[in-house]
Amino acid sequence: MEPIQSATGALSASPVISATGLTKRYGALHVLRGVDLDAHEGEVISILGASGSGKSTFLRCLNLLEVPSGGTLNVLGEDVRFRMKGAERQIADARQVNRLRSQVGMVFQNFCLWSHRTVLQNVMEGPVHVQGRNRHEVREEAEKALDRVGLLNRADYYPSQLSGGQQQRVAIARAIVMRPRVLLFDEPTSALDPELVGEVLKVMQDLAAEGRTMLIVTHEMAFARDVSSRVVFLEKGTVRVQGTPQDLFKGGMDERFDRFVSHFSRQG
Amino acid sequence: MSTPAFTLIGFGPEGWGKLLLLAAGLTLVAAVCSFALGSLLGAAGAALKLASSRSLRGIGTFYTTVFRGIPEILVVYLFYFGGSLALTRLMHLAGFPGFFSLPSFIIGVVAIGLVSGAYQTEAYRSAYLRLERGQIEAGKACGMSSFVLLWRVIAPQTLRFALPALGNIWQSVLKETALLSIIGLVELLRQSTIASGATRQPLLFYGVAALLYLVMGQITALGIRTVEKRLARCWGR
Repeated sequence: MEPIQSATGALSASPVISATGLTKRYGALHVLRGVDLDAHEGEVISILGASGSGKSTFLRCLNLLEVPSGGTLNVLGEDVRFRMKGAERQIADARQVNRLRSQVGMVFQNFCLWSHRTVLQNVMEGPVHVQGRNRHEVREEAEKALDRVGLLNRADYYPSQLSGGQQQRVAIARAIVMRPRVLLFDEPTSALDPELVGEVLKVMQDLAAEGRTMLIVTHEMAFARDVSSRVVFLEKGTVRVQGTPQDLFKGGMDERFDRFVSHFSRQG
Repeated sequence: MSTPAFTLIGFGPEGWGKLLLLAAGLTLVAAVCSFALGSLLGAAGAALKLASSRSLRGIGTFYTTVFRGIPEILVVYLFYFGGSLALTRLMHLAGFPGFFSLPSFIIGVVAIGLVSGAYQTEAYRSAYLRLERGQIEAGKACGMSSFVLLWRVIAPQTLRFALPALGNIWQSVLKETALLSIIGLVELLRQSTIASGATRQPLLFYGVAALLYLVMGQITALGIRTVEKRLARCWGR
């Protein structure tokens, strides 16, 4: 399929993230059986699939929170280097991986804010202590990011004093303040009470409208349909079907996908 | 019964007050040094016990088993006599005859530090196991090196979870320094014994010593509780 045009109108030549034949197995369990995916600049890719389809594992492979058992991974134009230890593949160059991770933002299902730091400290942590940027500049940028997600008035709170939706918005601010080239979202609304889902999706929609490159593992069908530029449907560790949301959601392209979607709409 | 009790524990020419306070100070210094050494050993021990390598875990387990399983007084004796014997042998080889003993302060701090380190190992280890895996992953995901991750995420949180247990260990270290009196260190208990002997007023001086131990313990416990309360805020409790 054709690379999608980014918001700036430029057609990016090389993908931001490119996975080829990615596999992951835990012992005898094959979670990923060869996934290919290129994410180009400005694309908003929703990754859908039933639980156990490997979608979260795939996303976690992209920033090496899981080390893929096989296949190649290119992030920001760099091939991630692996080495073998026995039968197990490991990261060969931790410095390379850390460098790449600092340019790939990640938002977790369970927010994973650092509970011993305030909201502002959470947001400032990465830029100051990983990127080594000037604290005063970072503070300004962090406050701007918090303002953007509507939580500047909570800057001095601790995560435990916030609702789930607020925590997730802080987590998004924490990710964007690193000035990432791509953002990964691992089921960002699955742990939220239904009434808090909207506020998080709205922030994500804003980011997408800005032309940011995003990969989102989600069960939010409406979001996948309305906001993403591409939908990838995983089943049993492989890409079953992918395409624009317009093509896929009108139905008839893939029977399994249609059944998956109708199952979710029935659930409401 | 000629001299009143107040004079005996006072700071006048007949009073033991100054010596007792100095001895209490030495007790406190010995306790702080032992506890600090124990913290280093405890952190290292926890790292060993949490290591993925089986042999490293074995070393950690050996350490905690041995030093939690032997009575403290025996550890002190073993180190004192063992250390002195080794030093004497060494000096003989170097051509210096006679008996040499190691400074009792150092021996005591090492012995009590090793024992407290074994207990601190368990405190740190169980605190580490309570960390949320996700918060460690969040650190990795933003590109933290292992060192930054340890220093900025793992250590502060482990410390916070370990604090109540560490407070208990500190209290017992403070009391265990009394064992150093048996190898000749004139700390609070030994000084009280000396004063009791000289004045034939054991109850008075041991009573004062007990009071001083209590005061030192309570003041430090209060400090630890204050820190604990301040930290608890972050965890919403």
